[in-house]
Amino acid sequence: MWAEALRFLSLADANVRHVLLGSMLLAGTTGVVGCFTFLRKRSLVGDAISHAALPGVCLAYLLFGSKEPHVLLLGAIAAGWMGAISIDLIRNYSPLKEDSAIAIVLTVFFGAGICLLTLIQGAGNASQAGLDKFLFGQAASLMARDVWALGMLSLILCGVVTLAFKEFKVLAFDPDFARALGLRASTFEILLTTLLVAAIAIGLQMVGVVLMAALLITPAAAARQWTDRLPRMLILAGGFGSAAGAVGAFASSLAPRMPTGPWIVVTVTLFFVVSLLFAPRRGVLAQALRTLRGRTVVASENLITTLYRLGEHARDFSRPWPLESILRYRRLAAPKALGILSQLEREGYVRGEGDRWILTQTGFQMAERIIRRHRLWELYLTEQVKLPVEKVHQDAEEIEHWLTQAQEDELEVILSSPTTDPHTHPIPPASRGREGEV
Amino acid sequence: MAGNSGKTIRFPREAKPERGAGAPAPIEVADLTVTYHRKPVLRDINLLIKEGGLTAVIGPNGAGKSTLLKAIMGIIPLASGEVRVFGEPIDRSRGLVGYVPQRGSVDWDFPTNALDVVLMGRYGKLGLFQRPRARDRETALACLEKVGMAPYAGRQISQLSGGQQQRVFLARALAQEAEVYLMDEPLAGVDAATERAVIEILKDLQARGKTVVCVHHDLQTVTSYFDQVVLLNLRLVASGPTESAFTPSNLRATYGGGLTLLSDVLETLERSGS
Repeated sequence: MWAEALRFLSLADANVRHVLLGSMLLAGTTGVVGCFTFLRKRSLVGDAISHAALPGVCLAYLLFGSKEPHVLLLGAIAAGWMGAISIDLIRNYSPLKEDSAIAIVLTVFFGAGICLLTLIQGAGNASQAGLDKFLFGQAASLMARDVWALGMLSLILCGVVTLAFKEFKVLAFDPDFARALGLRASTFEILLTTLLVAAIAIGLQMVGVVLMAALLITPAAAARQWTDRLPRMLILAGGFGSAAGAVGAFASSLAPRMPTGPWIVVTVTLFFVVSLLFAPRRGVLAQALRTLRGRTVVASENLITTLYRLGEHARDFSRPWPLESILRYRRLAAPKALGILSQLEREGYVRGEGDRWILTQTGFQMAERIIRRHRLWELYLTEQVKLPVEKVHQDAEEIEHWLTQAQEDELEVILSSPTTDPHTHPIPPASRGREGEV
Repeated sequence: MAGNSGKTIRFPREAKPERGAGAPAPIEVADLTVTYHRKPVLRDINLLIKEGGLTAVIGPNGAGKSTLLKAIMGIIPLASGEVRVFGEPIDRSRGLVGYVPQRGSVDWDFPTNALDVVLMGRYGKLGLFQRPRARDRETALACLEKVGMAPYAGRQISQLSGGQQQRVFLARALAQEAEVYLMDEPLAGVDAATERAVIEILKDLQARGKTVVCVHHDLQTVTSYFDQVVLLNLRLVASGPTESAFTPSNLRATYGGGLTLLSDVLETLERSGS
């Protein structure tokens, strides 16, 4: 096995180079084309078309008695198209919904394919041995000739996507608008389906019909995590597909008859999981961090306003307060409150004096700003929305952290510069100095 | 009138609309029936939209308001009847019609930004496979500016508020530089500031001689925003100038009196003596 690995990695063997190049091209292409399937929410249609290709491959073999890739490819394309049309027909002319149509087409075509495959194998034809690779894919069977032919097809597909990019984009985003523009939407829909069927057909040798959908959808889903621009998404999806194709080709070189498809699917799924978790903005981790940061902001601002309210209540802002007094206002675990207070001290909003805490000048201005927004909002809710006074505090307690300067200014105008809130507490005047931010 | 201004030859395959008395109406619908799964959703609609009007299409949920716009745009097949835009079939006059679909009809998580969406409004003026040119970008930016969204040009569209998304859709229609605008609920679920901005743009379009047709859901504002009204409930109940067609009896015929909001509007109308 080490010998095989070395042989592959050295790339000395021309056959190895062909297999590697072919796999990367094909998986990259399906990744690019799959983006539109993914964005149009047609993932399951892609899966059904993949499965529907199997009987086409078998029939082409039976009819022409040939294992030539282009013959089998044409069979796959024809049957894939029939599958796609069948789904549309069932959806449009029967009471069944699309999900049922997809399930029916997938199982019926795949079932027929398995029957034909068994028939061919039962006939004991010497050259039948190659057909079962269409179930799970085998890159190692790619010949130089195939690679050139399939590579050309990949180039054509990517060329079409580049050429018709604007048409495909508007069709994927807003098909009604595409029709309203008169962009020959149905022509481009047919073109897009043709690309999908062709991409599936060329990917079949690599991944097989069973796992093909993963190669269409997973690179697109992974790529979507990293970017908000469609061109970048297409390139990234192509890259993810290619990389997974390379890994699949490598794995399939390690042992004879090793299937490529499962390796590619596992690799590309790994890319997806990493993207799902660690992508900068859309990633699970980034989102969790954002939520956490939001909570910290709320907790910090709440402690600052508590110190302010304590001082306001005692009519003495120069007095430091022990933790117990603060916790009487805020239900918070003491260690956690202490942690936040020390953080606020490092940021210059509060100062510790022994075991007591007091707002700094910056902290005081910050507290005034939040309290001001809180009380303006309370006043707005009672005066304009006509809510009863006792119901407005909780709402203001939440929104005080998120009101913007512009909203504060608008409230000020709407309420014509008020000085007291509905509980007759004074509303601090707008701060003149620089605003502190936590 | 963009069609008659300096940069004219925009739609070489399309006839420029005639103007003045005797010229064909911007929109003419004759005996239109639309069916969905053999069930009629619009029946025998005969409708004439006047040039330069600001028209509200109103009616209860499921009355076929959106369907009417889609049928005019040729987005959905007609079971029977005919639609003419400036006297021509829609396929020969698409360049003259701008369209704003319902905001909820698309997935706003699509990987694109506000400017790119507005640029789609230019696609009808570009050839097959042709990329947007620099001046298409300028037009798109100017349209974003018009709806007050220029600062958000590069913003991913899912990061926009509902009102901002609606403005982007409006800007996209403006980028079509059309003569007639069909808008599906441009005021649905928007904030007060967006509502003001949208109305201002509609009035501006009207002032420039354009024809605007809006599906509208808020009966309270029909009389103040629109000068023409179309009352629809599978069939056409009435259409015409707001003061003569927006009457209690027509509203009752459209809504069947089952709406509580309706009684408020009726009361106001009856008090004002119409």
